[in-house]
Amino acid sequence: MCDTCGCNITEGNRHLIEEGGRHAHTEDGSVAVEVLQNLLSENDHQAAHNREHFDRHQLLAINLMSSPGSGKTRLLETTIDKLGHKYRISVVEGDLETENDAERIREKGVEAIQITTGTACHLDAHMIHHALHQMNLDEVDILFIENVGNLVCPASFDLGQHINITLLSVTEGDDKPSKYPVIFRAADHVLITKSDLLSVLDDFNPERAEQAVRRLAVEAPITLTSAKSGEGMDRWLDWLQEQLELQNDRRSRGETLHPKLQPDGVKLHTDKL
Amino acid sequence: MHELSVCQAMLAQVEAIAKRENASQVIRIVIHIGPLSGVVPELLQQAFTIARAGSIAAKAELETALQQVRVRCQQCGAECDVSANRLICCKCGDFRTQLISGDELLLASVELTREDND
Repeated sequence: MCDTCGCNITEGNRHLIEEGGRHAHTEDGSVAVEVLQNLLSENDHQAAHNREHFDRHQLLAINLMSSPGSGKTRLLETTIDKLGHKYRISVVEGDLETENDAERIREKGVEAIQITTGTACHLDAHMIHHALHQMNLDEVDILFIENVGNLVCPASFDLGQHINITLLSVTEGDDKPSKYPVIFRAADHVLITKSDLLSVLDDFNPERAEQAVRRLAVEAPITLTSAKSGEGMDRWLDWLQEQLELQNDRRSRGETLHPKLQPDGVKLHTDKL
Repeated sequence: MHELSVCQAMLAQVEAIAKRENASQVIRIVIHIGPLSGVVPELLQQAFTIARAGSIAAKAELETALQQVRVRCQQCGAECDVSANRLICCKCGDFRTQLISGDELLLASVELTREDND
């Protein structure tokens, strides 16, 4: 209120204006304001709001991330085939262009909202919020969000989901987790896809891929799958149904779940600083 | 290239702070970035030169302080500085470690000129 005479300086805030403090004046008369707030706090705020929506409507929201062409849509098609009679599934599709993926999902008789991002390489919490308003969430048990195919950018944006799945297809190479640590570290379950192609690929070793994921301090399950041959599908579907039950238990206790992506670490560092 | 989105989010925060502090100009923005944040400091710098135009930070300098990736072993308790794609314990080799630094994406401080200083 009054910066001239110092009458607004109290014992409670004196440390702020002393040297090194939050409002310390520098030599040239400028002011340094200490902030320590996540750069994406606006996105995170919206994501928290989305998560409240999901919890209120009693659904489980799952974010699928991978490079383009690693089998996200195919995994969804198979999952819908297997579980569509038991659970009400809806899908939000993120792509730079086209409604192709959404149409594939709709052919399965499942609602799909397409978000075309134009040039944006990832989905953010605001885009998801916009998509949610086009859906009747009361009629959804599992909401899959198929993120834009990209192994880098989607990992930095919380959407409000409960769980992250990161896919790695065997044609991409078993060293990808070492090259793209951020997105694999965010995974609650890593699915190695297209295992049916392993017989013709001599340079992808699933064990090496698993080691590369473990080296990122990831304890999440890693499952070798093929939507084509069916390998690993039972394990994936069992895990998924288990997550639904766990989420229902959490909800009944008034709790929710943040995916690993949620930068709790950042808050930890903030307290420390 | 999500650095432009990150940069715009940062500038929105900086503008809010500048308004709250009655600032006429932002001189310097300091951010902390960890290698595991998924944001590349060099790309953020490039994006900043585009995004700052016309904002209160149009002439501001962006300082990115790169943070060290550091883990604490949940088995033996050792703390180690490690590389971004090898987060295992440097003492006992166990992979069950907790990241204690290295994924920061923080607006640390903003240096600004107050209107009453002009």
